[in-house]
Amino acid sequence: MSAQQKSPPKVILVGNPNVGKSVVFNALTGAYTTVSNYPGTSVEVSRGYCHISEQRYEILDTPGMYSMMPITEEERVARRILLTEDPHAVVHVIDARNIDRMLPMTLQLIEAGLPVILVVNILDEAKRLGMQIDLDLLQKNLGIPVIGAVMKRKTGLDELRQAISDYAMVPYHPFAYAHDLEQDILQINQLIHGEYRLSRRATSILLMQKDHDIQELVAEKEAGNGYEHLSEVIREISFRRRADLHLQISLERRKICKQMLKDVVSQTINETESFSEKLSRWMMNPFTGAPILIFVVYVGLYLFVGKFGAGTLVDFLEGNLFETYINPPVVHYAEKYLTASWLFELVAGEYGLWTLGIRYAVALVLPIVGTFFLVFSLLEDTGYFPRLAMLVDRLFKRIGLSGRAVIPIVLGFGCDTMATLVTRTLETKRERIIATMLLALAIPCSAQLGVILGLLSAEPSALAVWTVFLMLIFLLIGFLAAQVLPGENPVFYMEIPPLRFPQLRNVVVKTLTRMQSYFVEILPLFLVASVVLWAGKMTGTLETVIDAFSPVVAAIGLPVEVTTAFVFGFFRRDFGAAGLYDLQSSGILNATQLTVAAVTLTLFVPCVAQFLVMIKERGIKVALTIFVFVTTLAFSSGWFLNKFLLATGWLA
Amino acid sequence: MLERLSEEAEEILESLWVMTVEGDNVGCLLTSLKVETNSAELLELVQRAFVEVRGDRVYLRKEGRPEAQMTVRRHRLAERLTMDILGIAGAEGNDQACQFEHLLRQGVDTKLCTLLNHPTTCPHGNPIPPGECCIEARKQGEPGIVALTELKSGEIGEIAYLAASDDKKMQKLMSMGVLPGSQVTLMQKFPSYIFKVGNSQFAVDDMLAREIHIRR
Repeated sequence: MSAQQKSPPKVILVGNPNVGKSVVFNALTGAYTTVSNYPGTSVEVSRGYCHISEQRYEILDTPGMYSMMPITEEERVARRILLTEDPHAVVHVIDARNIDRMLPMTLQLIEAGLPVILVVNILDEAKRLGMQIDLDLLQKNLGIPVIGAVMKRKTGLDELRQAISDYAMVPYHPFAYAHDLEQDILQINQLIHGEYRLSRRATSILLMQKDHDIQELVAEKEAGNGYEHLSEVIREISFRRRADLHLQISLERRKICKQMLKDVVSQTINETESFSEKLSRWMMNPFTGAPILIFVVYVGLYLFVGKFGAGTLVDFLEGNLFETYINPPVVHYAEKYLTASWLFELVAGEYGLWTLGIRYAVALVLPIVGTFFLVFSLLEDTGYFPRLAMLVDRLFKRIGLSGRAVIPIVLGFGCDTMATLVTRTLETKRERIIATMLLALAIPCSAQLGVILGLLSAEPSALAVWTVFLMLIFLLIGFLAAQVLPGENPVFYMEIPPLRFPQLRNVVVKTLTRMQSYFVEILPLFLVASVVLWAGKMTGTLETVIDAFSPVVAAIGLPVEVTTAFVFGFFRRDFGAAGLYDLQSSGILNATQLTVAAVTLTLFVPCVAQFLVMIKERGIKVALTIFVFVTTLAFSSGWFLNKFLLATGWLA
Repeated sequence: MLERLSEEAEEILESLWVMTVEGDNVGCLLTSLKVETNSAELLELVQRAFVEVRGDRVYLRKEGRPEAQMTVRRHRLAERLTMDILGIAGAEGNDQACQFEHLLRQGVDTKLCTLLNHPTTCPHGNPIPPGECCIEARKQGEPGIVALTELKSGEIGEIAYLAASDDKKMQKLMSMGVLPGSQVTLMQKFPSYIFKVGNSQFAVDDMLAREIHIRR
């Protein structure tokens, strides 16, 4: 068997968030990248390939982790990779500026017996801070390959490739902790018999720290081999050390790091505040931060996504390209060759695969979602979101969320389905449920937003009512949910990374990746939806459903024609809004009805895709409860708003 | 020496202080204090000339101010004790604090205040009126250990210890490098606390900030 057919050796990238891990990943894998995640907001793992002197390596990029003992879901995913894969090398990427607080994880990786290569990245900015780092001495102290790098300029890439290629596992020499701690580790160590991916020493320490996953693993492997006795010993030790075990271990590690870094780092204090530090301060100060937020929303969302994406681009693609050049020949050929009327309907009819499926996806949704993701990736790479998170944390606490939830909520304005997936990164179940519900209820996705903005822009007061009403519902329901759902409010803590100038390539890759996953997941659903609607129309089921539904619609003061829009709304949020658009153009709806319809539709059930993800992420029970709740609330709000607007005569 | 005030009377003084001295009310309605004109606890206060009742309003008199101030002080110290040290949060913490405060007499409050390092605000952010021990400590310029929330923006200190009310959160802080012995600079207090350790910045909410204790 040739070496090519064997699965290639694996190289795992690990490290804190915001140290440039994905830049290292892209630099290593280059054109071979098969990115399979939503970078930065994801809990999934990217895989790619890289060739170094004839040998093919598989590169795995893991979510950010702070230590070997996972606390968040991202960390758990990252650690699981280390527990299950058999790596040729583990590349630990750290930020040179914070070498002293990132090195403890390097120690843990070495202690775990993993083949570690340390990449000290972002050296250029460390130099700017006046830091000098003697990497040769550090390499000697640690006993593993250490590479200095500025990966965004590919400095250090060749050295890293060489180090991966040359890597030969050196027998690791553990760093000694304080005497009493060592004794406890030894005691557990001697009671473990099985073979583990991590060294016994690391396994023992994690057991002592009551790491849940490791406990399970050990319970399984040591079953019938004195596990009872082992867990007894562990219980005894962790009880004895209950007051300060984690602290002692952390302090011991820092002590070792200090020794490792002795004479390695020297820093001359640089007191001048750079522009990015000033900007960062302005973003975080509520008085300057709020105007900056409004500016970002205005330029990013309103001008770029709304005006440019949903306006200019859609007009061009839909009005120009499709109407003039693509549709006529398609319809022409369809008429010519698809003589059976049902077949013609299926392909090019009102709800046909082409008309509703492809054209919608490409001409309407693609430009809007694409521009949104571009803005989102740009903001993500500058480091704006953590600053936004700290600004809104107090407000979000009122609705049972922490500032951390700002990322899924903002992403929801792009695609609620994707955002629901990202709620996984929230820490408590309670938070995840509240975020999922608010996404399903009050956050319109970009496709829907685009159409609704277009729909209401002719009536500024209607737009104002819509905006205010949705914000009220968002806050009110969030507030009530926080009161009703059991559990404590989440605690907020977040590292604020330095502001960075986004790298064009990274932003483009992220945007394309998000768009790709959007299309892989969404386009099939578009097609399924068109087939279902076509079948409904052909068999008359659609009529029946619409008839059954129309009394509800009539009850909130809307003409029966709107029912179609609501039924469609379930298949795609924007279908519904687009349906309203047609009705408005034909002049059936007055301003009040338009507003009521737009509000109800925005609140109304999420699209099929989002509902499926809700089931997958939160379970069928929670998903169904949210579904029923949201539907009921949407129509009762519509009813209320209708009465309210009629009574006050605001939009008459 | 006069007998000690009853717990109910202390509660009235406390409410009066909060509403009139800290708030902007002129006297308090009897109804908002939930007492009757001729109730024992009110008479107790009237006898000592701590308060005055005119119509359906109660006024805190000059003579009653020191006592009211110390009652509020004891209450807020008790809150610090239950919430920071005993780690009892929410409504339960409030209840416990209400019971504790009445035990903090005859120098116990001074001892507690010294133990807590003369805190200046209660967990809800209201000021704790300084006692003699606080003034004394300030005169001696003791560095003291305070919660991160007590620092001013721009102030530098060293992390003394992390109060462990939630193990996971503490581990998270520790793994991020927020460890005793590290130097911190508090950069901002509102809407969240932002501090700098080494070359990194962190944002935490007030719940967590209260658990990070700083030696100034």
